[in-house]
Amino acid sequence: MTSMLVPLFTAPVIEFRELAPVLILFAAAIVGVLVDAFLLRDWRRWRDEIQMGLLIGSTVAALVYVVLNARKGLSGPLAMGSLMLDGPTYVAWGALLVFGLLAVLVFRERRVNGGVTVFASAASSVPGSVEEAEADRVRLEQTEVYPLALFALTGMLVFVAANDLLTLFVALEVFSLPLYLLCGMARRRRLLSQEASLKYFLLGAFSSGIFLFGVALLYAFAGSFRLGDIAAAVTAPQYGRGLLYAGLVLLVVGLLFKVGVVPFHNWTPDVYVGAPTPVTGFMAICTKLAAVLATLRVLYVALGGERWSWQPMLAVLAVLTMALGAVAGLTQRDVKRMLAYSSIAHAGFLLTAVVGASQDAARTPTSVSAILFYLIAYGFATVGAFGLVTMVRNEAGEDNSFAAWSGLAKKNPWIAGLMSLFLLSFAGIPLTAGFIGKWTVFAAAWRGGYSWLVVVAVLLSLVAAYFYLRLIVVMFGGEPARNSFVSEASGWTWVPVLIGAAATVWLGVLPDSVLSVASGLGTFLR
Amino acid sequence: MNFPWLTILGLLPIAGGLALFLPVKGASRPLGMFFALATLVMGLATAGVYGADPASLTVQAPWIRAIGAWWALGADGMGLAMVLMTVVLTPLVLLAEWKLPFEGGKWGPQAFIALLLILEGLSIFVFTANDVLLFYLFFEATLIPVYFLIIGYGGARRGYAAIKFLLFSLAGGLIMLASVIGLYAVSSSQGAPSYLLGDLQRIDLGGDLGRWLMVGFLIAFVIKAPMVPLHTWLPDAAEQSTPGTATMLVGVLDKIGTFGMIKFCLGLFPEASRWAAPVMMFLALVSILWGALAAIASTNLMRLVAYTSVSHFGFMVLGIYVMTTQGISGSVFYMLNHGFSTAALFLVVGFLIHRSGSADINAFGGAQKLVPVFSGVFLVAWLSALGLPGLSTFVSEFMVLAGTFGREPWYAAIAAIGVILAAVYALRVYRVVMTGPVTDASQAHFVGRDLTVLEKAVMVPIIGVMLVLGFYPQPAVQLVEPTAQTAMQRVQVADPAPVVKGEK
Repeated sequence: MTSMLVPLFTAPVIEFRELAPVLILFAAAIVGVLVDAFLLRDWRRWRDEIQMGLLIGSTVAALVYVVLNARKGLSGPLAMGSLMLDGPTYVAWGALLVFGLLAVLVFRERRVNGGVTVFASAASSVPGSVEEAEADRVRLEQTEVYPLALFALTGMLVFVAANDLLTLFVALEVFSLPLYLLCGMARRRRLLSQEASLKYFLLGAFSSGIFLFGVALLYAFAGSFRLGDIAAAVTAPQYGRGLLYAGLVLLVVGLLFKVGVVPFHNWTPDVYVGAPTPVTGFMAICTKLAAVLATLRVLYVALGGERWSWQPMLAVLAVLTMALGAVAGLTQRDVKRMLAYSSIAHAGFLLTAVVGASQDAARTPTSVSAILFYLIAYGFATVGAFGLVTMVRNEAGEDNSFAAWSGLAKKNPWIAGLMSLFLLSFAGIPLTAGFIGKWTVFAAAWRGGYSWLVVVAVLLSLVAAYFYLRLIVVMFGGEPARNSFVSEASGWTWVPVLIGAAATVWLGVLPDSVLSVASGLGTFLR
Repeated sequence: MNFPWLTILGLLPIAGGLALFLPVKGASRPLGMFFALATLVMGLATAGVYGADPASLTVQAPWIRAIGAWWALGADGMGLAMVLMTVVLTPLVLLAEWKLPFEGGKWGPQAFIALLLILEGLSIFVFTANDVLLFYLFFEATLIPVYFLIIGYGGARRGYAAIKFLLFSLAGGLIMLASVIGLYAVSSSQGAPSYLLGDLQRIDLGGDLGRWLMVGFLIAFVIKAPMVPLHTWLPDAAEQSTPGTATMLVGVLDKIGTFGMIKFCLGLFPEASRWAAPVMMFLALVSILWGALAAIASTNLMRLVAYTSVSHFGFMVLGIYVMTTQGISGSVFYMLNHGFSTAALFLVVGFLIHRSGSADINAFGGAQKLVPVFSGVFLVAWLSALGLPGLSTFVSEFMVLAGTFGREPWYAAIAAIGVILAAVYALRVYRVVMTGPVTDASQAHFVGRDLTVLEKAVMVPIIGVMLVLGFYPQPAVQLVEPTAQTAMQRVQVADPAPVVKGEK
């Protein structure tokens, strides 16, 4: 009997060491849920500390594994080929873990908000209900935000490494669902937050459907979910190309929705504004990083042979995205909304390098490494900027209007100065990381033969620069606002902000270390 | 490896500026002056090293290996002249703003001094960078301190002026960024990428691509050395700045425009520069005349000085693009002299504004009788603007015109009209402000308020430099001439048969 089973069933090989970062985060997330649910009464007051310990411990341990594995040079397909461990995976994992940790540290901030976190007492509480008011009164708080963030992070790690379309889809859902929930958990402006969450969920579910349909069509075309098999089918097609084109478009639409590319950007401003600010910061960098990397992998590895058909399409989208982000950003009077449009504009700048698809030359940055560097530069500024956004408040809570930020430099020159640093990095002014990032993506676009796109991009960078400068003018030139103040924050906010500031300057002045690493790890394995 | 003279020279004021962001209480002025003077001494020492062996200033270390960018600094005659001008002007500006009133919701003096010092350091790096990306980096970075100097200490419309300045400069800078990236693409297609000026000069950047890349650089430089029609940001920025900021902005930073035309446009794209020369010479003429006429029509003294600079930058650009050795060396010498002449004008106008609180030319009258020393200094400053023989501006203006005449006599003739117009605006200002019957306003503001010791300490060195270079220009001309010869070799244009002798 047993002898008959052997040929039918081969035990899957799981490379535990290579997968350790994903597994550690996943385990920590599950433990976090259990802690939240079952911790005994005497221990409950330590719940925050236990959750933070789990979070910091697991991300740091995962980071250590990423570094060790990378130094050891481990690479290749994992878990029966459903994940691919290669250079971009390592860089993306490292970046996701660092930014995830920095962004989630801000979740713990209590001092700035008068002793409570910015989250509702529980994700399941009904806005405005008696139960919720009662929970607020007795300071009953669930700590589910930390495991949720860890689940999202786990999904993102899988998403950037996914080597077949089905894994990609599962990972997409794994990281999206916790985010939908987190978006709806703002303590203040509950309904706005719930609306953002619902909007994000509906549009996200819709785009997942489109994505899945694209996956089905590509499966029909190639007969496999594997990216490598699809690539082979593209060069030697068995069936008509109609399936390929339709599948490609639908798949890319689903991915670009997560990146926030025009015309699939509509969710961004509302969700950014409605979500609790620390969650917005987390999404702004981690979701974007994961989505861009997965898009790159699908386009370059599976559909690289078909690049002549997607390059022009994405070039048009890049122009539209940069233009809409930059121009719509000009009219905003709300810092978070402005940063939302800024993230759209940045998606456009990133797309220029995606379009360039520059892969040649050994030690110079490829499109992939250019994009990775850009995202790292963008990530540090984003973590810092959203951290600072939480500190400017009025009596009711966080105040994001330009009016509240007016004359901030006179109240607190340090906050205004740091915010200016991050804004200058977003704008791509030299001596900040943003400049080097902008240079690398535009150089990748030019070397891929898209010099016209670079010219358009630099002109639109000027427009984008203007709206960042507007906020600097408001902070430094405006009359100090009467009814807003800068709230004292604890280390949970200051540590990420200061790390973001230091990294922004460091990567702007001496980018060589990170850029060489990214350039050395800038090629996908097939 | 050479001793990093230039690296230290640039880092010294930046370190001083950063130190001034620490709380130092009342010590900001002496501390700032200490760093400015230390930089001056270091600059003079650097000039001494250059005199012994120009190559010993060169430093080169890998900066961003992955994209072939280097920390490469070095100086030719032009670069050194600009650096010296910067290190001399900074302490003088600091001295002139010593008693700057910091009232009315403006910021304290500490940040002003800090920004000024940082600006000085960044400018030094701009003038000595031998790597295109490094140059670009500092070129853009200088905008930030200037922006804050305007918005923190400017006049009533400072917000508008500051953002206008920044947007014009950023527009030029970003267009240049496209060209900088293009250079990288060209360079990496030839093997390992390199941004070193020396490596790029070995690549043939002719043809259409070279022209497009050159245009990117040129637009940035035309905006920077404000040439008509892209000059409109300058009068606003100057009007809303403090006199010290205006001096640094026009006297030092705008030189990056003409400096860049010689070092990068002519140096990297000789063929494209020859192609662009007719257009540039025409624009230069327009700038000379437009700037002078606008100066005649101005009633605000700060705007007026800004317009005279537009006219003077026209002369410099004319000298560059006529492509004669004399024209280019005259141009570079002009850049040096204009720095001091503009400083004299802005600072003396600043003293005037400090006394009366008004920059309106008609708010004065007959001040000569009340403040004789002041009016003497005022006169000298304006005579330097019109290029009176004996002052250094005359020598350089003459060299440019003579260099132009050898190849394009008509251009020289039209440019000479600019000299006449300069006499009109300079003497008009002196007449309206200083001569005539003493008005009530002058009576109220000027009686017993002749130049203070502090103000004399500012003006004496500036006028001294202009006189010395006016009567004995030989060393300075010798310093800048190699730059002109190198540029001429790059563009492969021979001088026309010389028609003007005896003036060098």
